[in-house]
Amino acid sequence: MTRPDPSPTTVFAPWDDPDEPPLIRFDNVTKRFGDFTAISGLTLDIYAREFFALLGPSGCGKTTLMRMLAGFETPSEGVISLGGQDIGPVPPNKRPVNMMFQSYALFPHLSVADNIAFGLKRSGNMTRQQISARVDEMLELVQLGKFGKRKPHQISGGQRQRVALARALAKAPKLLLLDEPLAALDKKLRAETQFELMDIQEKLGTTFVIVTHDQEEAMTVASRVAVMDHGRLVQVATPERIYEFPNSRYVADFIGEVNLLDGAVLRKTKAGLTISWAEGQPPIAAQGPEDLQKGANCTFAIRPEKITISSDKPEGCANALSGRVLDIGYLGNISTYHVELANGQVIKAQMANNRRLSRRAFSWDDEVWLSFTDSAGVVLTA
Amino acid sequence: MSRRFSWFNATSLTLGFVFLYLPITILVIYSFNSSKLVTVWAGFSTKWYGVLFRDQAYLDAAVITLKVALVSSTLATILGTMAAWVLVRAGRFRGRTLFSGMIYAPLVVPDVITGLSLLLLFIALGLNRGIGTIILAHATFSMCYVSVVVSSRLVSFDQSLEEAALDLGCSPFDAFRSVTLPIIAPAVVSGWLLSFTLSLDDLVISTFASGPSATTLPMKIYSQVRLGLNPEINALSTILISLVTIGVIASSLISKRASVRRQRQEQQALAQS
Ligand SMILES: Nc1ncnc2c1ncn2[C@@H]1O[C@H](COP(=O)(O)OP(=O)(O)OP(=O)(O)O)[C@@H](O)[C@H]1O
Ligand SMILES: [Mg+2]
Repeated sequence: MTRPDPSPTTVFAPWDDPDEPPLIRFDNVTKRFGDFTAISGLTLDIYAREFFALLGPSGCGKTTLMRMLAGFETPSEGVISLGGQDIGPVPPNKRPVNMMFQSYALFPHLSVADNIAFGLKRSGNMTRQQISARVDEMLELVQLGKFGKRKPHQISGGQRQRVALARALAKAPKLLLLDEPLAALDKKLRAETQFELMDIQEKLGTTFVIVTHDQEEAMTVASRVAVMDHGRLVQVATPERIYEFPNSRYVADFIGEVNLLDGAVLRKTKAGLTISWAEGQPPIAAQGPEDLQKGANCTFAIRPEKITISSDKPEGCANALSGRVLDIGYLGNISTYHVELANGQVIKAQMANNRRLSRRAFSWDDEVWLSFTDSAGVVLTA
Repeated sequence: MSRRFSWFNATSLTLGFVFLYLPITILVIYSFNSSKLVTVWAGFSTKWYGVLFRDQAYLDAAVITLKVALVSSTLATILGTMAAWVLVRAGRFRGRTLFSGMIYAPLVVPDVITGLSLLLLFIALGLNRGIGTIILAHATFSMCYVSVVVSSRLVSFDQSLEEAALDLGCSPFDAFRSVTLPIIAPAVVSGWLLSFTLSLDDLVISTFASGPSATTLPMKIYSQVRLGLNPEINALSTILISLVTIGVIASSLISKRASVRRQRQEQQALAQS
């Protein structure tokens, strides 16, 4: 593969470049099954060499989106184009797209190796030796070197998933659609395979669209993440932006852990907003959107790890709330403290466990202070 | 489950089986009778089988019957599989219910009607009646059986396998040939065996569809019996019965074994994942 090395100083962000043509464009695409709307008015650009992750609750339309790209469903309305061309009339077998099925769809009458070779044999420009070399290479990649001769029903669920992955990767297509490719793998193998996927992308310049239920996975591998809900896109952004600047309660709640405090704008100054949110609790100082008016309803969202716990009231911190430790969740490297405020609201705060358990600073029923800066959370209006 | 086998159950079962199989048993027994008189037992002998195999008229009829069965069942298998595939796969299209009803209708239409309508068609088309028209007629009625057998298998066939084949670059026909067909092969084979046996023992439709040049074994037997019973016919019938029995048993064994194997594979798959 000869590809001009992108200089390390330029960040990969084709979505910020208005001159960059997208590889895939969904233009106001709607898909209905009978009178059920699975995808509604979806507009989305995906760029070449992206690792695009689709995230959303079960039934929100992720697989349907993939199936339209692969050519198994036709949009009820709107146009999907690939490389600038409407792919509506192109049948699945003529699209430079390979898909890994959520159900794996391995051919039960063929061995693992023949499953992987299936697409290669039909590309028509490879000799027998080339095909078998490629199959061996793929088997190595997914660590199934010894299993080539077995039938799909003779291997485990995780192994089947890897065969499905290898089969989709074998043809090195321009666009790879992976529907929950790693769900059945254990954590270690999953991390290795994620790394492999990124490596493959580096080498081949393949564009990946991947469905996952694992947020951590989306955060690790994706160049951008799309959060979906009921057939709509709620937010499309880089993992950091999705995590730090969710555009709605839905996204904030869906990705990672978050404390959501409903309130209203009490004061608005140059320095920021003041939000009143509960009787008897001090108002929260925060940075928020310019267009938010005084008195408007809003939600203050803050991640647990942005909150500091201390036994004494901290000096000079923008926000400080006092409460009582209700529960402690031990997660190994970190602990989550559930702190109940005087008004009954429970707030989650996280701290790294850099000491042994026995020397932990706080315990159940301790009176503690929670503090955070005015830029630690986001103010949401949707 | 250890339910007592009451005398009532035992009697009804025995009566049923006697009713079903007594005539056939008698026929088989008398085919080994050494006497020329069909109704008098005179000792065991296989001589009528020997006589049968030296009788040119019977041999000719046997050859025609086998030819008809082979060609018509193959034709019926191809047509029936295609019809089943369309009915199960093509989703909802206009007239689908009508179409599927029409495929299964010949299962219940009386043979005489089927035979008569085919005869009228052949006359209208000006076809010379003979082995060709018998083949066409047999293919027509046995195709429904094939499509019943094959479509019941296709219903449980995971459609994403075909999609995966398309996705990997197969044309729709190639996907059918290299993925669907190998997987549903047991059903197709058992459909073929079924239509083969149906064709072997058909009398009514063959009578309507044949001309003077082509006589199948059942037709031959029927015309012989009208001239009087003879032990040769018993022998011939015994052979036919054996063939048909083997065909039916093989057909059901094949589909049974395939479905057992499929279940076992699915269970293994579930146990492991
Ligand atoms: N062929 C179909 N006919 C009718 N409804 C369908 C069809 N395919 C999907 N749907 C519906 O469309 C919605 C979206 O389905 P889809 O498979 O895209 O969900 P998903 O986001 O992939 O969910 P999961 O995470 O569970 O895989 C679901 O409510 C589903 O019931
Ligand atoms: Mg899905």
